Amino acid sequence: MAELAKTGTIHDIGYQRYTGPRLGRGHAVRSLYAYSFRTVFGMGRSAKAKLFPFGIAGLLLVVAVVAAAVKAQFHVEIPTLSYVEFPGTLSFLLVLLLAAVAPELASRDLRNKVLPLYFSRPIGRDDYVLAKLAALVTAVSLIVAVPLFVMFLGGAFSGDGLHGVWSEFTDFLPGVLNAVIYAIVLSAVALLVASLTSRRTIAAGAVVAVFLVTTPVSGVLSAVGTGAMRQLAGVFSITGILSGLRTWLFGGSTPDIGSFGPAYAGVAVVLVALCTALLVYRYRKVAS
Amino acid sequence: MAIITTQGLTKRYAERVTALADLTVEIEPGITGLVGANGAGKSTLIKTMLGLLAPTAGQLKVLGMDPTRQGEQVRSRVGYMPENDCLPPDVSAAEFVTHMGRMSGLPKTAARERASETLRHVGLYEERYRQIGGYSTGMKQRVKLAQALVHDPDLLLLDEPTNGLDPAGRDAMLDLVYRIGSEFGISVVVCSHLLGEVEQIADGLVAIEAGRLLRADRVSAMTTRTAVLTVEVDEGTDALAAALTERGLTIGRDGAALVTPVESDATYDMVRDLIVDLDLPLHRLEERRHRVAELFGTPSAGGATNG
Repeated sequence: MAELAKTGTIHDIGYQRYTGPRLGRGHAVRSLYAYSFRTVFGMGRSAKAKLFPFGIAGLLLVVAVVAAAVKAQFHVEIPTLSYVEFPGTLSFLLVLLLAAVAPELASRDLRNKVLPLYFSRPIGRDDYVLAKLAALVTAVSLIVAVPLFVMFLGGAFSGDGLHGVWSEFTDFLPGVLNAVIYAIVLSAVALLVASLTSRRTIAAGAVVAVFLVTTPVSGVLSAVGTGAMRQLAGVFSITGILSGLRTWLFGGSTPDIGSFGPAYAGVAVVLVALCTALLVYRYRKVAS
Repeated sequence: MAIITTQGLTKRYAERVTALADLTVEIEPGITGLVGANGAGKSTLIKTMLGLLAPTAGQLKVLGMDPTRQGEQVRSRVGYMPENDCLPPDVSAAEFVTHMGRMSGLPKTAARERASETLRHVGLYEERYRQIGGYSTGMKQRVKLAQALVHDPDLLLLDEPTNGLDPAGRDAMLDLVYRIGSEFGISVVVCSHLLGEVEQIADGLVAIEAGRLLRADRVSAMTTRTAVLTVEVDEGTDALAAALTERGLTIGRDGAALVTPVESDATYDMVRDLIVDLDLPLHRLEERRHRVAELFGTPSAGGATNG
């Protein structure tokens, strides 16, 4: 062997082989899920990365506190800020949130070319993208559900006894379910869009664009259309699908969807399935 | 027992491009250099070893397993260091390597302990809590090595580990790889297009060109120790050559230098004394082995002088 340069002086402590447990792929997927959940909130990174997610979560919380206070003080409910209408009314905030965090999850790894390090490990390509999607859905659900819970606490403690708490709770539960549906649909679309580019700012713009561009389409259709056309106008925009589905499942006056509730549900299911399939396809093709 | 065996391994992309052609080779434990020019098929070979690419034809066994069917098991016991940048700039090395340890199946606390231990082994101490974006190229290469090592693999696949390093950083990296192979007891396959670099640390060499096996052997077998003494003087080369021939030495010419086989220790003394007697300005006196590069005589060996 040739003479080699000596490096360092201290690190001669002897290498220890690892003899502990190796937990394999399932553990890796769960760890990635937890890690990605932290990524959404910018944990483990600079304060700048935490600004947006916590800012928007805070804004939603403030709105919820105000709504709860108004309800407790004046005993009037703001209809657009009821449990089930809350995410729809504030959907522009959710779109901004997704525009900020979906690129953090998808574009960042593409940009930094970290994927070869993942795919040379037990974790598979499908595992990777599904763990990311699940983490995003969980995080967005939580960001919406926590304000709803605050509203529930406010309503429950200003109500009249145990009966009031129970009736508040039966209102609150559909709200949480609705929040999860919003989170699933918005996350699937946003993550797919973000996974198409490695540039975070472009991804953020694209996410906003996808949501904003589709909204006027259904707006125009519902304005000029009549009858079935007007009632089905919502399926042409992502927020329209969500509010239509919400109306069908949990009630609320607007929008008028007639008897097309199942159509909205079908479109929502197809949209999520399609986005997820395209995400999986995208990551099977992406260079490692 | 060989850690990697291939039998007629072939990989074709689409219809036309052949990346690996009927490659049959056995790689023994220890450090093995995988040498070839850019595009020779080194990276394709590594990706088939990791089970990321399925071979078009032929057999491949890594650590006794088939990576195509047992990819998950193979990848949990193999560490891979890619050639290119692959680190996020906005997290600390400690955090990142810990995360990668968990991705390899280590429990949370074990991953954290192994991460700091591994980072220390590659020579990163307090810096490991700083964001990777502020690291030098050499430090980034060490982080890349650490993430490949964090789960204590049985086999380490390093793709051009000295890429982008200055000479000092290159020597340090090679020393590190040598220690991993010898002291840590982990088998290493080092890809490089620089033969001279790999031959310093490797036990075995596999040279490929255009996806075909050029030669595979132990380094010791390739560089049998026929020591040669190279003498270079600024003037009076002919006089020195004549004087040496007179004393019974076989003299060859290598550019401006004289080359003579070392028959015994007396050869050194004789050459030294002659130069003093003739009062010649000595420029270079060097003993060298046969370079592996000289044994290949192919374009892929052309870069060997950089080593």
